[in-house]
Amino acid sequence: MKIPFSYIFRNLWTRKLTTLLTAGGMALVVFVFAAVLMLDAGLKKTLVSTGSLDNAILLRQSAQTEIQSSVYRDQASLIETLPEVAHGVHGEPLVSKETLVLTQIPKRGSDRPQNVVVRGLSSMGVALRPQVKIVDGRMFRPGTSEVIVGRSIADGFEGVGIGEKQRFAGREWTVVGTFDGGKSGFDSEMWGDVEQMMQAFRRTTYSAVIVRLRERGALEALKKAIEADQRLTLDVKSEPAFYEEQSKTLSLFISYLGMTLSVIFSIGAMIGAMITMYAAVANRTGEIGTLRALGFRRSSILAAFLIESILLSLVGGAMGLTLASFLQAFTITTMNWQSFSQLAFGFHLTASIVAATFAFSVFMGLAGGFLPSVRAARLEIVDSLRAA
Amino acid sequence: MYYLKLIFKNIFRHRLRSLLTIVGLVVAILAFGLLQTVVHAWYAGADMASANRLITRNATSLVFSLPAYYRERIKAVDGVTAVSISNWFGGIYKDQSFANFFATFAVDHDNFFDLYPEFKVKPDELLVFKKDRRGAVVGRLIADQHHFKVGDVIPMTSPIYGGGTWEFTVRGIYEPKDETTVTRQLYFHWDYLNEQMKKRFPRRAEFAGVFVVQIADGSRAAEVSQAIDKEFKNSLAETLTETEKAFSLGFVAQTEAIVTAVRIVSFVVIVIIFAVVANTMAMTARERMAEYATLKALGFPPVFVVALIVGESIMLSALGGAIGIALTFPVAAGFKSAMGSMFPVFYVTRETVLMQVIASASVGILAGILPSIRAARVKIVDGLRFAG
Repeated sequence: MKIPFSYIFRNLWTRKLTTLLTAGGMALVVFVFAAVLMLDAGLKKTLVSTGSLDNAILLRQSAQTEIQSSVYRDQASLIETLPEVAHGVHGEPLVSKETLVLTQIPKRGSDRPQNVVVRGLSSMGVALRPQVKIVDGRMFRPGTSEVIVGRSIADGFEGVGIGEKQRFAGREWTVVGTFDGGKSGFDSEMWGDVEQMMQAFRRTTYSAVIVRLRERGALEALKKAIEADQRLTLDVKSEPAFYEEQSKTLSLFISYLGMTLSVIFSIGAMIGAMITMYAAVANRTGEIGTLRALGFRRSSILAAFLIESILLSLVGGAMGLTLASFLQAFTITTMNWQSFSQLAFGFHLTASIVAATFAFSVFMGLAGGFLPSVRAARLEIVDSLRAA
Repeated sequence: MYYLKLIFKNIFRHRLRSLLTIVGLVVAILAFGLLQTVVHAWYAGADMASANRLITRNATSLVFSLPAYYRERIKAVDGVTAVSISNWFGGIYKDQSFANFFATFAVDHDNFFDLYPEFKVKPDELLVFKKDRRGAVVGRLIADQHHFKVGDVIPMTSPIYGGGTWEFTVRGIYEPKDETTVTRQLYFHWDYLNEQMKKRFPRRAEFAGVFVVQIADGSRAAEVSQAIDKEFKNSLAETLTETEKAFSLGFVAQTEAIVTAVRIVSFVVIVIIFAVVANTMAMTARERMAEYATLKALGFPPVFVVALIVGESIMLSALGGAIGIALTFPVAAGFKSAMGSMFPVFYVTRETVLMQVIASASVGILAGILPSIRAARVKIVDGLRFAG
């Protein structure tokens, strides 16, 4: 025979302050737990949406980032002739030769300059990133010292409004537009004309070459073709694989730190649940005796207290998750160690995070409520009736 | 005196509950201390910085290098006593994990260790290092971690400089001057790097990452910095000179968002434990309402009841806090060795301990106040009737 659910629920309702404090403690743990998962998911989402499966990226052998890489002009021209490369309507090869440098711009509200990626590309490079749209102003004109900035740069940094000038590499660069990179890593970049950039930075090599593949499966064939050609001392990667690598260190760091914190914090919350449930058992010794005398089994008592504890943790879980879901309005800008530049990414709530969060809170409830529930179930009828 | 005795007796009335609360406090204060230590570890480089050292780098950003011949011109600037090149080699030992990471720099072997007196190298070892072109000096931390001995050969790869495997022979191990000194670096001959670059990529030879500039008088840092930058104004590579501390803080600022997050989270754990302790005190006060009424009936003022409850709460927090603080030291030491070289400097500072004391004291006081107000206000008649 089961103990009615309303009995369990009302027990929590009677001791509102205690319920609130215990669930509140759990809510904060859940908040930290969910926030970390959301941050990691946001980082992954940003970098995944940066790359497209249709594109491959070519870098100097063993270079891990675009900054470290250099591709010679003759190498870049050779790539354009490869059969695995897709061609446009006019027969032009869909290949973007790009140069990447870092400049320093102060973050809004601080005087400390931060590393920001400046990407030099051509109109082909823009065409290869269909997720990028101009939202304000206009595109930079080829052959001029004009630049456009990503949304996160426009929002978070000083001196990058339309019409404002940035000084680097001995030149003034005029900001003429803001673009939306569809929540990708490009939102944290500044774009300009590749030839102008190379002149200004006195570079003779590109940083990377982006290639639109003839078809998605052509990556392996492209790899073979490049390995076979001794002049092309380059590594080929699919764009999504490349961008995933870029975030590996940061992602690992976030999840390590987050999981360590969640485990330590949850000990505190489980102890809170345990205290509450022990008190609930102690306060209701007489009631438990009465229930047993009425014919409820030990197992029903055990279940009732466990459910009460789980209910408590679910309240905490829901509170924490609600709180965490507001985080989606925020964006974090921090340095991505691998690319050594600032990267903006948000908190991203997914269905699996919701599931994981509730599983985590139920676990806390079970772990905290188990021992007290066992104590309740093991009470002897006579003793407990006398205790009341 | 009987007041303290009464509090003690009260704590031991609910042994299990008090024990759980104290355990929760220990975990929370410990976690808070560790997180504060992590934040502090972030500033390791800045703490070590000397007022007598400046760093000169390319004005555009750190990824751009400077011509090596700048060294002589910087040396000629008034107030400068010594200059050493330092190139970030970005060496990878074994794999790219956090655990195996250590910093690798190519430096002027002649004078680098004179500029860094906090790196203590045995004179005979230093002499051998200076004579061996492929020699290296490693810090105590990595020597212990990877069991490097003098004479060992360390194979490394560098995604920045390429060129397959580089082998360095350990010629010396430097000891830290004190606990702020970072010993997670490997230093080798810039001449060797430059010679290899000349052979393999001639266009990338004769470049310096940064110059470490020693000045005679730390109070003239600003003036000397300006003089150096003026020297290269409007040249192909303009320079930016700042104190070593500002340079290091610039790095920290790049990852400010993470530091801020860790800092916020460290306060969240205090709020969590506050909820737990407040809950314990609320339950305790509710159960003893009849006693408080009795005390009042006997003529004790409401203040006495408040003091009784708040006193118990503070006593609990003090016990938990004291154990937590005591445990912080061994746990931090264990954490440091478990994390390998991720945090080169990781020790508990006095400010951290002070903050732990303040945190446990505030939890104790605040957690006791809410229930004590209720207890102080209760009417004698109601309190005597109160059933818990």
